[in-house]
Amino acid sequence: MALEPVKQVSGTGVFVPGADIDTDRIIPARFMKCVTFDGLGEYAFYDVRFDSETGDKTKHPLNDERFKNASILIAGVNFGCGSSREHAPQSLKKYGFNAVIAESFAEIFYGNSTTLAMPCVMASAENITALRAQVEKDPTTEITINVEELKVSTSAGLEFSVNMPASAHDALITGRWDPILELIENGPAIEERAKALHYI
Amino acid sequence: MGKSLFQKVWDSHRVGTLGDGRTQLFIGTHLIHEVTSPQAFGMLRDLDLTVKFPQRTFATIDHIVPTINQDQPADPLAAEMIDAIRKNCDDFGVTYFDLKSGKQGIVHVVGPEQGITQPGTTIACGDSHTATHGAFGAIAFGIGTSQVRDVLATQTIALQEMKVRRIEVNGDLRPGVYAKDVILHIIRQLGANGGIGYAYEYAGDVFERMSMEERMTVCNMSIEGGARCGYVNPDAKTVEYLKGRPYVDNDNFDETAERWLSFASDADAHFDDIVKISAEDIEPTVTWGISPDAGISITENIPDPLKASSPEQKANIEEALAYMKLPAGTPIQGVKIDVAFIGSCTNGRISDFREVAKYIKGHKVAANVQAIAVPGSQIVAIQCEQEGIPEIFREAGFEWRAAGCSMCLAMNPDKLIGDQLCASSSNRNFKGRQGSPTGRTILMSPVMVAAAAIKGSVTDARELFDLEGASAVA
Repeated sequence: MALEPVKQVSGTGVFVPGADIDTDRIIPARFMKCVTFDGLGEYAFYDVRFDSETGDKTKHPLNDERFKNASILIAGVNFGCGSSREHAPQSLKKYGFNAVIAESFAEIFYGNSTTLAMPCVMASAENITALRAQVEKDPTTEITINVEELKVSTSAGLEFSVNMPASAHDALITGRWDPILELIENGPAIEERAKALHYI
Repeated sequence: MGKSLFQKVWDSHRVGTLGDGRTQLFIGTHLIHEVTSPQAFGMLRDLDLTVKFPQRTFATIDHIVPTINQDQPADPLAAEMIDAIRKNCDDFGVTYFDLKSGKQGIVHVVGPEQGITQPGTTIACGDSHTATHGAFGAIAFGIGTSQVRDVLATQTIALQEMKVRRIEVNGDLRPGVYAKDVILHIIRQLGANGGIGYAYEYAGDVFERMSMEERMTVCNMSIEGGARCGYVNPDAKTVEYLKGRPYVDNDNFDETAERWLSFASDADAHFDDIVKISAEDIEPTVTWGISPDAGISITENIPDPLKASSPEQKANIEEALAYMKLPAGTPIQGVKIDVAFIGSCTNGRISDFREVAKYIKGHKVAANVQAIAVPGSQIVAIQCEQEGIPEIFREAGFEWRAAGCSMCLAMNPDKLIGDQLCASSSNRNFKGRQGSPTGRTILMSPVMVAAAAIKGSVTDARELFDLEGASAVA
């Protein structure tokens, strides 16, 4: 059963500033007291979106009305570092994001996002800055991530190349982003490998 | 050309290559806990799948367990999660070290204690601190919940092969410099993202001389440097530590030990990168910011954004100092603390409590500081009791608690309040990490936490305690 290939993602964007945005920031641990991923969307970036004492909305870009329909998250270096919690990309997806463009990503977050068919593409600092400037000048700027050709273009005329590990690229464009069925298919090879190991 | 331990373990666990080019890697040992596993079992049920090798998965509860009245979570959501893991383990035949087993604890403390963690194995867990098990020469890493599902269903995951960076630390550590300082120093040098795409091999005199528990402290924080896994080559200490433990093949021990040792990196192994650090350059290290790579020596000043090397760095320092409410360019020593926490998968083992107990006798925690000590497992707690350690901590003014992750990530009732500042032996100083959205964390070794608790402020433990002869490899 092939999954839906992810060849292109389009939408408006929002820039979230800061390096090393960790998965505790994306989804604070207290919201992981749950046995399903349902409902995590409303808690994305919760503690930086709401003042912990007054409960009022902060000036975080996700609270800015101009970006309320954004579906592409734009960030800096080492996005998604820290905890392995899949709750982080789950919350971003459920919040309404379909892709992330950043300078670099932490590895576990990257794999988790790919498995959820949420492409994460890497761009240079200069291109991120240029993209941010366009989005902040005109939040309705349409961004298109051509996953297949690894290119980003905007309705305001910006165009640049992005990177992605070859395996994630292949997994997304061929509809293999969730590997479970392919893993299961190799049952006999798994059995053989298990027998050759000397433990458990 | 010889092979690194990483390469040997990878090759012996490779099932095949997947269509997207990733390796299908066999996961010999799978550890689960209550936070990241319930959804995986849910997916398994949705897909009508079963657990392929139930004997290869081991469960415990740690993240949400209260450390006062362990078995009585006041929080109904916590109770629901405990019920869920019990039911999932029962339904699928998975071994579960529950609260009544006497073996419950932080999953990364329990695995080694039980001898489940062994050299030359692959270990995965839905927890980024799984790298801890690399101390035994295992390739161990954190995975997401969909991958927990993959392991349950197939005992394999799809994974991109990593590069290997050998980090050599040679020389003699100075008195009062601990394993925690070594890893905080490494992360400071290489950055929070320096290890992306790499497995770290920790090598050289310093790691060879370290105890297994000290090696665990180092490997534990690999992910804080961006490396998904980190390991130390197995040696006689590894073998000695594991001998006689419940899940070790003690009937064929010599043969088993020989096989374990054969996984060590060959002398002519290839490494993608080599970094050399002098042990003498490492000082007792503390963090000042909101990322674990924001480390400075206890004798240094808090960074000044005006001296930043780039606009980005300036903005990062400003953001961190605004959150931490710390003045730029002033000594970190003397910064007032509100809470002191000794515990976690980084520093919640018997040797951590023994070391602190040696120095806190005759001292008292400062009046306005709440100090809590949380053993990493029920077994650590019992060992401590047998040695009279809880009395020493209580006498000094610490609260002595029951086993769990506790205030490292504050999913149980142990949380900072408001913008309290915590001197912590844990692994992350992220914004809000310790349970309050404005709570602040300074990472340091357990002995430094004890010194801060006693003085009521960040302190050079070498000035408060007689640490001559005390170091990671004393």
